Amino acid sequence: MSDPGTTGAPANPKPPMALLAELTYRCPLACPYCSNPTEMTGRKAELTVEQWADVFGQAAALGVLQVHISGGEPASRRDLEEITQAAVEAGLYTNLITSGVGLTAKRLKALDAAGLDHVQLSIQGVDAAAADEIGNYRGGFERKMAVAGWVREIGFPLTLNAVMHRRNLDRLEETIALAVELGARRLEVACVQFHGWATLNRGGLMPTREQAVRARDTVAAARERLRGVLVIDFVPPDYYARYPKACMGGWGSVGLNVTPDGQVLPCHAAASIEGMSFERVQDRGLKEIWRDSAAFNAFRGDAWMQEPCRSCERKTLDRGGCRCQAMAIAGDAAATDPTCSKSPHNAALRAAAEADAVSGAALIYRESPA
Amino acid sequence: MSAGTTLPDQARPVLLRGVRTHWDAVRGNWVLLAPERAIALDEIGAAILAETDGETPFGEIVERLAAKYKAPPEQIATDARRFLTALIDRRMVEALP
Repeated sequence: MSDPGTTGAPANPKPPMALLAELTYRCPLACPYCSNPTEMTGRKAELTVEQWADVFGQAAALGVLQVHISGGEPASRRDLEEITQAAVEAGLYTNLITSGVGLTAKRLKALDAAGLDHVQLSIQGVDAAAADEIGNYRGGFERKMAVAGWVREIGFPLTLNAVMHRRNLDRLEETIALAVELGARRLEVACVQFHGWATLNRGGLMPTREQAVRARDTVAAARERLRGVLVIDFVPPDYYARYPKACMGGWGSVGLNVTPDGQVLPCHAAASIEGMSFERVQDRGLKEIWRDSAAFNAFRGDAWMQEPCRSCERKTLDRGGCRCQAMAIAGDAAATDPTCSKSPHNAALRAAAEADAVSGAALIYRESPA
Repeated sequence: MSAGTTLPDQARPVLLRGVRTHWDAVRGNWVLLAPERAIALDEIGAAILAETDGETPFGEIVERLAAKYKAPPEQIATDARRFLTALIDRRMVEALP
């Protein structure tokens, strides 16, 4: 029996809107904040074009409208164009999330012919020195600028994704200017979320509180100034926020993630939750996994919540925040997200963030699987 | 295109590339699909976008909808202008001169 005022996981959850398709964990860049897990499967375990086509068909039938084709670097797969075409044929809106490295004018034209809808290009910095230090890949920045040019020539809508942290937040204005210069319609100012490889680099990447405040003000002013020119999405550094983010729009509510080897996750970091196991598209239908699997039902509804979430008036807004962060910091995936000012772990988290922000730690780079 | 986006009667609104309407058969409604966004459309929103073809001036879109829904044109103009200028601000629609 759940307490009065709480609800368990619904028997028939609402269908998902979005699928994150991680085609591969391989990537030429080595960004120290990569959201991929620190242990990754290699090329041999990757799903085939036919398997992806089947996943896309099932996803569309389930209610998914958009697929985010990602990785790793999706262009590291030579059959990216065929996989994209399969998603288009399934009736999905296709969004390519890429570093740009591995793309050529010819490949982008093939993606255009395949029906690709939109390109999201990451940038690690506003010039070669800054960007290539983060990506640890010489020539990366130059290639990205070339890709942005080809994207514009073809006419794809372009989103620039800028992951921000202590080392580049002071150049946020230049980042916004670069997005305008490249003709992007959207800019994602995504402050590092400390999952995956970023957990190893808190000392190297944690912004200061002053940077966090300034970033918020800079974004607010730019949104006003660039209305109708550039749309800016802002993911603030949640360690300095008062309340947690509504992670994933709620666990098992809006989206799902299929990993390169076919595991179906409620979010890309969910494998960091100890004791949770995930089903694979090779073994079970996507619909059944979405509706019935233990992993997806673990944090649906709010009967799983503890105090202070359980009786909190904000629980329908932020749904207790991020489960992976609760696991990582509080040691319990069902705890209140420690970035919440009501969490008993919040004072320690803030103190650690402020210490990390003045740390001179060197970067630990992501490694790519074979 | 800065603060205070306007949409004159003679302007011809059009969905930008990468933005399209889609019948969502699972949920039984129209949606507007755009980069990283899916927006559920009500009947009026879907009707406005069905006329948004880059050729029809805004004023004529209003007249057509007013006739179709037997509603006062001023009311339709207010609602449709608010709806489309919000999409212009979000870089989903542009108004051709």
